[in-house]
Amino acid sequence: MTVKIAVRGLEKAFGPKRVLQGVDLDVPEKQSTVIIGGSGTGKSVLLKCIIGLITPDGGSIRIDGREMVGASDDERRAVQGRIGMLFQGAALFDSLPVWENVAFGLLAEKRLGRHEAREEAVRVMRSVGLAADVADRYPAETSGGMQKRIGLARAIATKPEIIFFDEPTTGLDPIMADVINDLVRACVRDLGATAVSISHDMASVRKIADRVALIHEGRIRWEGPASSIDASGNAYVDQFIHGRAEGPIRVGQVA
Amino acid sequence: MINPFRPVGRGTLGAFETVGAITLFAATGVGRGLRGPWYPRQFLRMLVEIGYYSLPVVGLTAIFTGMVLALQSYTGFSRFEAQSAIPTIVVISMTRELGPVLAGLMVAGRVGASMAAELGTMRVTEQIDALSTLSTDPFRYLVFPRILAGLVCLPFLVLVADIIGVMGGLLVGAYKLGFPAGEWIQSTLDYLQPEDVTSGLVKAGVFGFIITLMGCYQGYNSGRGAQGVGTATTQAVVAASIMILVSNYVVTEIFFSR
Ligand SMILES: Nc1ncnc2c1ncn2[C@@H]1O[C@H](COP(=O)(O)OP(=O)(O)O)[C@@H](O)[C@H]1O
Ligand SMILES: [Mg+2]
Repeated sequence: MTVKIAVRGLEKAFGPKRVLQGVDLDVPEKQSTVIIGGSGTGKSVLLKCIIGLITPDGGSIRIDGREMVGASDDERRAVQGRIGMLFQGAALFDSLPVWENVAFGLLAEKRLGRHEAREEAVRVMRSVGLAADVADRYPAETSGGMQKRIGLARAIATKPEIIFFDEPTTGLDPIMADVINDLVRACVRDLGATAVSISHDMASVRKIADRVALIHEGRIRWEGPASSIDASGNAYVDQFIHGRAEGPIRVGQVA
Repeated sequence: MINPFRPVGRGTLGAFETVGAITLFAATGVGRGLRGPWYPRQFLRMLVEIGYYSLPVVGLTAIFTGMVLALQSYTGFSRFEAQSAIPTIVVISMTRELGPVLAGLMVAGRVGASMAAELGTMRVTEQIDALSTLSTDPFRYLVFPRILAGLVCLPFLVLVADIIGVMGGLLVGAYKLGFPAGEWIQSTLDYLQPEDVTSGLVKAGVFGFIITLMGCYQGYNSGRGAQGVGTATTQAVVAASIMILVSNYVVTEIFFSR
């Protein structure tokens, strides 16, 4: 197994609040890694550090062996071009119609003209189960489930090597959540992408994860293959998957 | 608590820090923006947003300002039989001072606020983050087209304000004060120097830069949540308005001392 992303000793604080306190994580290539953990434990911050949207205070992030912490803007942009991200709130551009959202990366990289980009956008939209007539709507005129799918289509349109999914199924009904799970799986299987997802939803974790990492109080507390989460023998994992209030993760301790 | 100068010192340091941050922001926006890639669609959208949709507000401000100028100077100047100077007073006040400043303040309220709100919302909803992940630099895509459009649109708006303001003065002069319209226009043109207009247009360019810069800066650095966007919007308008009044004096001084 080749390591695509290697995170070592990553630290990030916002004022007095130490969100990441030395995160170590290896993300294997062409597999699906899922990060689990309570709300506000810094899962989104971790992804944003890796993608270069937040500058960490310390530690190291290597993507394909190349150090990203302290890299120049140009180097970082080159790597960002190979990463796609589905944001927690979809983060669609509300001044642009849906198809232009999906085609945004293609247009930005000048790979295609507007006409071909639109056709390609409609094709990608269809692959995530969006009808062509959605293309000319504006994001505000679509439902939450559609917005997730539009965000997903936008993230995969440029066929990135690495895709981040920040809570892809949160806030969706179980059926729509399962549709999104299948799409996430398909990204790894069909596009050969390396996927890193964040999830709270154990059904979703079981479905999309090859590997699972649990983050708590700024550190990774357990990491292992998805098949072994039920027999991990780790108190954090057991508490999380059974959704118990009792255990090492204490509610109110974070925040 | 004990040292009464501590808040003053901290405030001063904070102010320097903010000035530094804004300068860096402006330099980044313009520096990267000039090097391209350019986004003409964004620029055109902003031209319409700033230039076209500000016309009603600027026009209304200008016409009533011109009208009141004529009326007020009549009240004052008729006391020493100097009514013939009124058209000149109107056009010079309008082009040098009131056109740019009032248009600037109105546009600061309209455009500065909406720009800060738009970028602030984009920040809060992670749209600005999303741009970076899609090979697009927010400074080139969002900031530069806005600043450039401000720089172009404000002189245009002020020119329109100058013309409408003079027309407002003429309306009052001809219909209320009993001046012959031809004479009014003649003396308006006779004493008008090109510099009266150009100094106003230079001011307008400066104001356009300030308004869009502050709108972008506050929006881009907006705090989290709806409250963050609200604060950003207020600060964009307040900061731009103050900077307009200060830079108005500075530019006037520069032109005056030549
Ligand atoms: N830009 C920021 N400024 C200040 N605090 C932040 C910022 N981003 C995240 N945080 C804080 O960091 C903590 C972790 O946030 P996040 O990574 O979004 O949590 P989650 O694990 O639910 O995704 C939260 O307490 C949040 O308030
Ligand atoms: Mg999150």
